[in-house]
Amino acid sequence: MIYREAGQFKTTYPADQQVFPIRQDRIAVAMLLVVAFIVVPLVANQYWLSAILTPFLILALATLGLNILTGYAGQLSLGTAAFMAVGAFMAYNFELRMPWLPTLVSFALAGVCAAAVGIVFGLPSLRIKGFYLAVATLACQFFVLWALQRIGWFTNHSASGVITAQKVVILGYTFSTPVDKYMLTLCVVAVLAVLAKNMLRSETGRKFMAVRDMDLAAEVIGIRMMQTKLLAFAISSFYCGVAGALYAYTYLGTVEPEAFNLDLSFRILFMVIIGGVGSILGSFMGAAFIVLLPILLNTVAGPIEHLLGLTLPAGLMSNLELIVFGALIIFFLIVEPHGLARLWQIGKEKLRLWPFPH
Amino acid sequence: MNWQFFLEVLVGGLLAGVMYSLVALGFVLIYKASGVFNFAQGAMVFFAALTFVSLVERGMNFWVAILATLAVMVVLGIAIERLILRPLVNQPQITLFMATIGLTFVLEGLSQLFWGAQPHGLELGIPDEPMQWLSENVGINISQFDVFAAVVAGILVAVLAVFFQTTRIGRALRAVADDHQAALAVGIPLRQIWAIVWTVAGFVALVAGLMWGARNGVQYALTFIALKALPVLILGGFESVAGAIVGGLIIGASEKLAEVYLGPYVGGGLESWFPYVLALAFLLVRPEGLFGEKRIERV
Repeated sequence: MIYREAGQFKTTYPADQQVFPIRQDRIAVAMLLVVAFIVVPLVANQYWLSAILTPFLILALATLGLNILTGYAGQLSLGTAAFMAVGAFMAYNFELRMPWLPTLVSFALAGVCAAAVGIVFGLPSLRIKGFYLAVATLACQFFVLWALQRIGWFTNHSASGVITAQKVVILGYTFSTPVDKYMLTLCVVAVLAVLAKNMLRSETGRKFMAVRDMDLAAEVIGIRMMQTKLLAFAISSFYCGVAGALYAYTYLGTVEPEAFNLDLSFRILFMVIIGGVGSILGSFMGAAFIVLLPILLNTVAGPIEHLLGLTLPAGLMSNLELIVFGALIIFFLIVEPHGLARLWQIGKEKLRLWPFPH
Repeated sequence: MNWQFFLEVLVGGLLAGVMYSLVALGFVLIYKASGVFNFAQGAMVFFAALTFVSLVERGMNFWVAILATLAVMVVLGIAIERLILRPLVNQPQITLFMATIGLTFVLEGLSQLFWGAQPHGLELGIPDEPMQWLSENVGINISQFDVFAAVVAGILVAVLAVFFQTTRIGRALRAVADDHQAALAVGIPLRQIWAIVWTVAGFVALVAGLMWGARNGVQYALTFIALKALPVLILGGFESVAGAIVGGLIIGASEKLAEVYLGPYVGGGLESWFPYVLALAFLLVRPEGLFGEKRIERV
């Protein structure tokens, strides 16, 4: 009744090819943007903005980056956090050594540096596949973090290795409050997400998908394997690099190698899997799920403890959290291996027929 | 170059490599039989070692504790097959891989929930001291414990080889590894076989846990040795027991040699990434590892 495309006739090619061809989708996206840009900054408190929403957006961007590589181009990677680290540290160095550079430009250049690193570590993908490649990308994870810790130039010879990020100043305005940082992150993420959405339905995106589905067949029909795979690594790493710069500048406020450990790589991979492999919407849903899950567990744990009339020691609590987190992931994979995006799709199909399913 | 020192580093590295092989073996067993890349192997090692140590500390006899831990690992293997593998049959490999990462969290949480998070010492009665005969006559220091670990690994591989080659279950395991469908068609119970494989992997995890625990203490850091076993795996090939052994030896030796001879030039800490880069360079020449199965691709 509400959600169906019946009666929406397209008379021009541009109208037929727009990103969201169904009017209801366009309205929903517009409303989502209004909520994100206007309602949330007005309503949300500082804790929500700086501890939940900003990291959610940043991790969603990194997830999107990994999803381009894993979900669309089919190359499994466990080195996401390393690309983010490259982005964060290069942004720091651009800010430090070229202060005249506009901040957003230095973020973008940091992303380009991450893309270059991505291309180097993407080279093995031309020879190896599957889990071999996944383990090979671990080399990137360990090597990059090692290099960032050992080579003094990256950290500007900081003794502790933990550097305070410079202030983010754009056009003379200093982004210091949680709302500012949230808005900055949101703008970057929104622009990059739209770009990704468009890229993935262009020739490039189709090439990626052909390589994912069967690379040998893709090669046979004339897709250049080297170009396509390396491009996938470059674009994915660019997204991760920008996400890393944002992670350091708008979320942590510090630039440190330890923030970008293997654990983060795995978390982002979880977000891709749980959100839905090969789905942009899924990237956001997966990020939301993984960011909110520990908070939810904590919130639920309090009343339960109260109800049972006992206080659990902190160590026990964190272990229980670990178990529940792991079990939920397994449960989720069993129930819906195609991720949250698939659930959303099923919901939409149902909604099209509602309220007359026959 | 001082050849005695070189030899000492080399042998030390080879013996350390045997320890990696012990962990890699567990990976290979499961991958061969069920095509699952079991990331939880490290957590299983930790779980087994912690269970064993805690039982011994509570006054249980050494051998009884080993049997009890083995029983726990059997139950764990069956539970994993029931609760995780069975519902995920026919899913893509990456989904199974993610499920084992989830399993890692559960196992880490469970083991610390039951036995506490404090590190334990583990004494097997083999001192981690240089062998006297060697240091006196040849002039190189080789740890007694390392040699012991190598012998244990050798026995383990021999036992596994006999088990795989001669017993009925072993033959069934090899059949399943070869071709799931064909194995099902000739009447091999796939579920039982998977439960057995996970049990055997649990047993290997127990042995690896005992060795690593005696060496570094039983603590949370034990879960990270799984990461050490990964380059061994890609170097040796995912499907090959022999590959796990040879890969472990190569990684162990080259890692130590690199740390000693290259480390000083680049500021040390090479051990964290050198095995991976070595394995990566190796893969560029042989994409399926040393003994991995060659992929035949068709359109």
